[in-house]
Amino acid sequence: MKQPFEHVVAQHAATVLRVCRFVAGPNDADDAWAETFISAMRAYPTLPPEANVQAWLVRIAHNRSIDIVRSRSTHASPSETLPHQDSTIGLPEAQDHEIWISVAQLPPKQRLAIAYHYLGGLPFKEIAEILGGTTESVRKASSDGIKALRASIIKNSAQEVTR
Amino acid sequence: MSSDNEVLDAITTATQPDQASIDRLHSRLVELSAIEGLLDASYTFMQSPIGELMLVASDAGLVKIAFENENFEQVLVDLSERLGPRMLLAPERLEHVELELMEYFTGARKHFDLALDLSLTGGFRQLVQQHLVQIDYGSTKSYKEVAESVGNPKASRAVGSACATNPLPIVLPCHRVLRSDGSLGGYAGGLPAKRILLDLESAA
Repeated sequence: MKQPFEHVVAQHAATVLRVCRFVAGPNDADDAWAETFISAMRAYPTLPPEANVQAWLVRIAHNRSIDIVRSRSTHASPSETLPHQDSTIGLPEAQDHEIWISVAQLPPKQRLAIAYHYLGGLPFKEIAEILGGTTESVRKASSDGIKALRASIIKNSAQEVTR
Repeated sequence: MSSDNEVLDAITTATQPDQASIDRLHSRLVELSAIEGLLDASYTFMQSPIGELMLVASDAGLVKIAFENENFEQVLVDLSERLGPRMLLAPERLEHVELELMEYFTGARKHFDLALDLSLTGGFRQLVQQHLVQIDYGSTKSYKEVAESVGNPKASRAVGSACATNPLPIVLPCHRVLRSDGSLGGYAGGLPAKRILLDLESAA
């Protein structure tokens, strides 16, 4: 018995949008979200009924977000990995979360590990299957990423004070 | 640990989706999936004098009108088995249906001009259901008379079950079919609903 796709969207739209924002950046997140759900809809009739729908969607969101990030950067340099630094992340005027600057500076593996674990709800083992490497290396990437973000949050708030 | 939570809070806040963004993305999904031919059916809900109705349409046309007492969730699950599970809530794709029904409920419309998808029904039942539009607005026929006019005078009971399983009530007007003694018989939306529709048509 398969639920109507509307229920899938209603239950997971917000989670997928969070993941897309974190991985593709706030400017490309909407495109990544739409392509994720279109891909999901195409495959939905053949999804096994017992599948973990959220994990399935996060995997698709990963693929679509990476596609978008790559296609944005191909003009500069075709690369097999996510571009480093803040090349693909724009800051919408309305969004003044300074954390995006720090997120953009994370190495891709750290950024993706945080996105899929903390926003997408995937266990590290499953993230390792998506990204390659060992479960431990993903756990470490996530924890290093959190540390790096914490350091930059502290730095930013210190700057706030001295300003 | 508490400072890790601070980082996670910051991430959660920064990625927090607002309802307006979700709604906008949902509309975009409806549009894109329709263009790509991925949408098995769209549905919406409307208020009416006979309670809330759920309207469901496929590419071919209006495929189901459900009454509140049928349990909308259950109907959706059944339809996702029969039409395919790729169904989205898409009021924008059913606006014309809702408009015609609203006109009907205000007495301004006597005939529907809608594309219909009869794939939820078949055989003798479908024959009967399609025949129902020939019963004029404001008039009624008995189950027996309907059986006669489809060329099967002994099939009153089968006409009754065709009416009971009509996937498109109101539009295919099974409410215009009564018992020979003039009593209401049955109605999927409940007898009070049948009474309201008959009164509406005799007043207009």
